[in-house]
Amino acid sequence: MNDKHIEMRSVRKVYRFFTLDDVSLELEPGQIMGFVGPNGAGKSTTLRLLMGMISPDAGEIRVLGHVMPKAQAVAKRDIGYVSAEMRLLPHATLGWHMNFMKSIYPEWDGGYAAALVKRFNLRIEQSARSLSMGEHVKATLLLALARRPKLLILDEPTTGLDPVARHEVISEFMDVLRDEGRSILFSSHNTVDVERISDRITFIDRGRVVESSDKEDFLERWRRIQVQLPHDAVLPMLPNIVKREIDGHFVTLITNQYSEGLKNLIGPYVTHVQRMNLEEIFVANVMHHREARGK
Amino acid sequence: MLCIHSMYSGINISQTDARPMYLQIMEQIRARIAARDWPPGKELPSIRALAAGLNVSVITIKRAYLDLETEGVIVTRHGKGSFVADVNGLAGELKEAELDQHLGEAAAIARQLGLSDDELAARLRRTLEKK
Repeated sequence: MNDKHIEMRSVRKVYRFFTLDDVSLELEPGQIMGFVGPNGAGKSTTLRLLMGMISPDAGEIRVLGHVMPKAQAVAKRDIGYVSAEMRLLPHATLGWHMNFMKSIYPEWDGGYAAALVKRFNLRIEQSARSLSMGEHVKATLLLALARRPKLLILDEPTTGLDPVARHEVISEFMDVLRDEGRSILFSSHNTVDVERISDRITFIDRGRVVESSDKEDFLERWRRIQVQLPHDAVLPMLPNIVKREIDGHFVTLITNQYSEGLKNLIGPYVTHVQRMNLEEIFVANVMHHREARGK
Repeated sequence: MLCIHSMYSGINISQTDARPMYLQIMEQIRARIAARDWPPGKELPSIRALAAGLNVSVITIKRAYLDLETEGVIVTRHGKGSFVADVNGLAGELKEAELDQHLGEAAAIARQLGLSDDELAARLRRTLEKK
């Protein structure tokens, strides 16, 4: 039985100036995945492929068990998709949009929608045209959330939101995850948000997945090791070092596979072993992969 | 003055704290148990409820609960939830049940071997002397 919410295998999509290549992703029900990458890395293209809005040139895509883009009509009933490019009808009110969604989606939860209007500080009589950028983002999220879809695919959902609005929106995401049958895939530049709320994290750069893993796994494996060498001492050969900076007697190492064994190999010269936050891990990971690919 | 009351409003996660989030959560749960705000036998919030309450991923709370369980601070019963352990109570009871089960298995093997009750008791005594 196939119970994964998202399954992408070796997906390829070729454009004139950009190629998405060998992208594989998996998302289980009950999980939230943060999708992180620099601008132009292929995040939106990947999400559009998942939504069946574009077809892959190679590879397989299944969403909620449905083959995409072939079965997109069925799959989309249970997917809520929000991207910054989405536009509401400028002259129609938020209330009109809510009624419209209600008429299409039988699962529409009117009570929850009304609660979200309040929590997001919106008003149903506001026309879409009069919404600020942040209000527009919250309105499109509301329209997706109140359908209570099994899977939410959100392209940069917190971009353009002030810190208070971001907090409101993130609280709603976590509320969705109370139900272990639901899941969220969201792309973001904000590594602080991703680090806090994601169960799984996928890094993408230049059209390729750099790494995809459990968040705790990322945070446990990566370390910055500071070493002060005595005069004339040389560091032994060390495995799993992705970056090495030497400044006189001082050496800074970054490893993606920390263990006590590695520390013992360096011996008594280690002065500090530091954990890294997700942003530091992301940058080191991307730079390391760019180097490896450049060779 | 703004005053927020929520079930877990006292548990805070600092993003400027160098320690990982799961360690921060463990420490604050331990403090509640030590202060008896969470008495022995009290049911902990479910992993998903606490994740939603703190706006922290499920995997982080899972990690915290798993480590607290390894430390013996909490006890998780499958399908029932996690509870504050009590060395003389809940946790002790679970350990006793485990001991009874092992003794039962030992008794069954002794029967298979045709050992008398006295012989089995003598073996147990010898084992205890070695420890």
